[in-house]
Amino acid sequence: MMLAPSPSTSQTVSRSVLLACGALLGFVAVGCKHGDSSEKPGDKAAAAAPAEIKIGQTMPYSGPASAYGTIGKVEAAYFQKVNKEGGVNGHSINLVSVDDGYNPAKAIEQVRKLVEQDQVSFIFQSLGTPSNVAIQPYLNTNKVPQLFVATGATRWNDPEHFPWTIGFNPSYELEGSTYGRYIATHQPGAKIAVLYQNDDYGKDLLKGLKAGLGDQAKSVIAEATYEVSDPTVDSQVATLKASGADTFVNVTTPKFAAQAIRKAYDIGWKPKQYLSSVSGSVGSVLTPAGLEKAVGINTVGYFKDPTDKQWDDDPAMKEWRAFMKESLPELSTSDQNNTYGYIAAQTMIQVLKQCGDDLSRANVMKQAASLKGFAPPLLLPGIALDTGPNDFSLFERLLLVRFNGTTFVPVADAAVVSK
Amino acid sequence: MVAGAFDRGIAGAQRDGVARRALSVATVVAIVAACAIPLWGSPYQVFQMTLVVIDAIALLGLNLLTGYGGQISLGHGAFFGVGAYTTAVLIHSWNVPYLLTLPCAGLVCLALGFVFGLPAVRLDGLHLALATFALGVVLPQVLKYKGIEAWTGGVQGISLEKPAVPFGLPLSPDQWLYCVALAVAAGLFALARNVMRGATGRVIVGVRDSPVAASSVGIDTALTKAATFGVSAMLTGIAGALSALVVQFVGPDSFTIFLSISLLVGIVVGGLASISGAVFGALFIQFVPNLADDVSKAAPSAVYGVVLIVSVYLMPYGVSGLLRKAKARAFAWIDARHSRSVTSQPTKPTKQGS
Amino acid sequence: MEGLLHQVFAGLANGAIYASLALALVMIYRVTHFVNFAQGELALCSTYSAWALIEAGASYWVAFVVTVALSFAMGVVIERVVIRPASRAPALSVVIVFIGLMVALNSVAGWIFGYSTLSFPSPFPAEPPFGNHYIGSHELGVIAVTLGMLGLLYVFFRFTTLGLVLRAVADNAESSRLVGIRVERMLGLGWGLAAAIGAVAGIMIAPIVFLDPSMMSGVMLYAFAAALLGGIDSPIGAVVGGFIVGVLENLMGAYVIGTELKLTVALVLIVVVLVVKPSGLFGQPVAARV
Repeated sequence: MMLAPSPSTSQTVSRSVLLACGALLGFVAVGCKHGDSSEKPGDKAAAAAPAEIKIGQTMPYSGPASAYGTIGKVEAAYFQKVNKEGGVNGHSINLVSVDDGYNPAKAIEQVRKLVEQDQVSFIFQSLGTPSNVAIQPYLNTNKVPQLFVATGATRWNDPEHFPWTIGFNPSYELEGSTYGRYIATHQPGAKIAVLYQNDDYGKDLLKGLKAGLGDQAKSVIAEATYEVSDPTVDSQVATLKASGADTFVNVTTPKFAAQAIRKAYDIGWKPKQYLSSVSGSVGSVLTPAGLEKAVGINTVGYFKDPTDKQWDDDPAMKEWRAFMKESLPELSTSDQNNTYGYIAAQTMIQVLKQCGDDLSRANVMKQAASLKGFAPPLLLPGIALDTGPNDFSLFERLLLVRFNGTTFVPVADAAVVSK
Repeated sequence: MVAGAFDRGIAGAQRDGVARRALSVATVVAIVAACAIPLWGSPYQVFQMTLVVIDAIALLGLNLLTGYGGQISLGHGAFFGVGAYTTAVLIHSWNVPYLLTLPCAGLVCLALGFVFGLPAVRLDGLHLALATFALGVVLPQVLKYKGIEAWTGGVQGISLEKPAVPFGLPLSPDQWLYCVALAVAAGLFALARNVMRGATGRVIVGVRDSPVAASSVGIDTALTKAATFGVSAMLTGIAGALSALVVQFVGPDSFTIFLSISLLVGIVVGGLASISGAVFGALFIQFVPNLADDVSKAAPSAVYGVVLIVSVYLMPYGVSGLLRKAKARAFAWIDARHSRSVTSQPTKPTKQGS
Repeated sequence: MEGLLHQVFAGLANGAIYASLALALVMIYRVTHFVNFAQGELALCSTYSAWALIEAGASYWVAFVVTVALSFAMGVVIERVVIRPASRAPALSVVIVFIGLMVALNSVAGWIFGYSTLSFPSPFPAEPPFGNHYIGSHELGVIAVTLGMLGLLYVFFRFTTLGLVLRAVADNAESSRLVGIRVERMLGLGWGLAAAIGAVAGIMIAPIVFLDPSMMSGVMLYAFAAALLGGIDSPIGAVVGGFIVGVLENLMGAYVIGTELKLTVALVLIVVVLVVKPSGLFGQPVAARV
């Protein structure tokens, strides 16, 4: 019986088996649909100096850090605008920006896809310290530039061990040490309480603060952490107040910064306050917290806050607003991230301009490390970008500013704090 | 009528024989296809398929617990993470040969899962959901804890070197790791299949379907549940260990609650209580988020969420449930055809009707 | 001492937040015997619509009433369009539908309204009552509103026919159908009520934690824990559970183990309580049927 199934039956079954297998293979093939390139990652695509410059990027378009996804959108739109105006030295730019969900494992997968399959020349402004830490060894091993990493970890400035990685943001440690040195000179004997996010951002800044305080590092008398999943930081602020501190260093992201400023005021705690630049926004932090509760807060700035009235008539700010209205009308013009993305994109264009027609990976990296006094107009006056072969840090100095109830003004006795 | 039934019996036997052969053909084709991937795939594709194989192992573990054992886990990503960290710490701090770390990670997770499973057996449904959810939420925070930062690397995590290919085999590291993952997967899948078809499998399912009946025939339901939890955690932990080798990085942000939810999605979409469901689920959780990202940069999660909901509508019992149904339909059709061909034979007149 | 009082009051204020969302979870559980993981994101969408109405010039109370009514309708529609087609699927598949709904709603909210931190007005005075420094007027108001909702729910389930019918549907849908209750309609009603309670919760929470798409993701876990701690079928339990979770977590963080592991320890304690007393503090013990 088994040997002689009726032909039609056996045919039907084999056909369904084939279909099933076909479907399975099809499923696999869909995943590998770009399967024509089995070459090793190499400099080939870049060396051929194509008419199009292909740039890769990972962004958290989904997941817990989706708020930053807007940066990738602004950058893509800015490159579009440059293309419309004739490109850079005749080359058009194609930014392939993909989602990593703020997950390092996913970031590695996506970056390998960008480099090996999409053959991008280099990676630009991938966001998030964990994701960038994860992809750093791969990119450096394969000599693919990891340009203008969108976080402020100190490790992006390590040309000796990671010659293919260069950061963008002023490092959190530099910012922390700026506060530390200012407090050490202007408030000797201060009793400092620190609220910080329990991740690399908070810990690096705290480290910098203690370094800047130098032999006064013991004046940090209370520390409290929060997780981004905490609904509020009220309990932490109450704990810090109970420590008896007279100085409050607030290392938080915007929502928590606003909560902390308001809570400190509401429970009658009136310390001198230092707010991390991540949250130095009038519109999205101080206004929700209550402007009267924020008077006297110090922070460091490096680019113009779109919600600060003093820049309303600034030509650079007007140009940016026009660009946003024209290219990205659905995005907010009070979101600092959109200003940030614009500055980063302009920096990228500057590097590509310097490259001329040699768009090899080595030259792109070399030019990124040869920025000399480049000052995108949205940076604060007096601040410019400088890099060198042994100095991968873009910002050499930061401006200490203080909130006067309506706007941030430079602090007179520390107008420019050098590195 | 009797003859008709008899003939249908023959048809049934034929059908089962054909089905078995078809199934083995399908399995062989799938295995050949899986082995061929490193030959024709680009390094990136090999890497990506390695991740699929690893996800399949993790889903197999979760399916053992949730599908067969009936205990929900919203926090299995924690075991994945513990497995990955075990491997990373052993390699990074103690220079343990990387293949040796796989069984170590398995054992650590086995113990952890068993210990967690002991009190968890007192919890049912929702409470177990909360307890496991809590486990998933808490793990990243524990990994960041400063007391163990010397080993875990704190928030920065641990980067690993790419493992070397042994014995001078003519393979790239990607191909080698794929083969390792595939071999581990083949072993674990064969093991799980045989266990679930044997006495142990019946005990596990029995405890799920009727704990009272199971205990009345002398089965220690608490121990069974805890052991199932342990073995499930072990499989998922081994998958995590493999992922640490392949991804070459572990960090607290790699193992958030999203991973746990993704695993749960994988077993439900793949098919609960089904060995093959783990493979379908792995393909889903690997590729669908990328497709969602291709569809919309503005709201990829919205696309993903809608795909999830529609998948449940179309396949309430997952992909493997859909295939089972298709198989049953095909058989019914074959039976119908066969009986028609029997009744149309003039030499064997039979009275139709019931 | 002053520090302790601050911690306790901040905990009570947080507890009221958890409790108000936990009430919505209890509501939906009593009708459907499911915990709706998307409840927080539904409340988020309600809160954004209230914000949009106020931005468009509506007065606070108009926006409040319209939002609660809209949310009720949204709950009914989601039950009809999203949940009911999956009602014959296995329980875990329904959980996946909730998860899909959760990520989709969150993503759509971010897409439409952006990710900036928005402030949300409060109906209560800005100055703290009696000039105290421990608790603001809004926090006190949230506690009062939560207790008010609890009272309404208690009366509804205990003394109204509709409440009785809803309880009957939850206990035994088949028998309810046999005595002529239109079960589907009741399920829709349950979803609508839960969404309306969630809307009130969201509007009360937003002035405290600020409005952004991640507003509810943290709160949801605590509300879930609070509801189970109190007993998932008990509105009183949900509120007491919320307060316990809020205060417990703060005291743990401030005095016992520090802020880094406070959530961890609070969750472990809750799970331990549930191991000892599975029906929660106020829940009905369920007799196992053999």
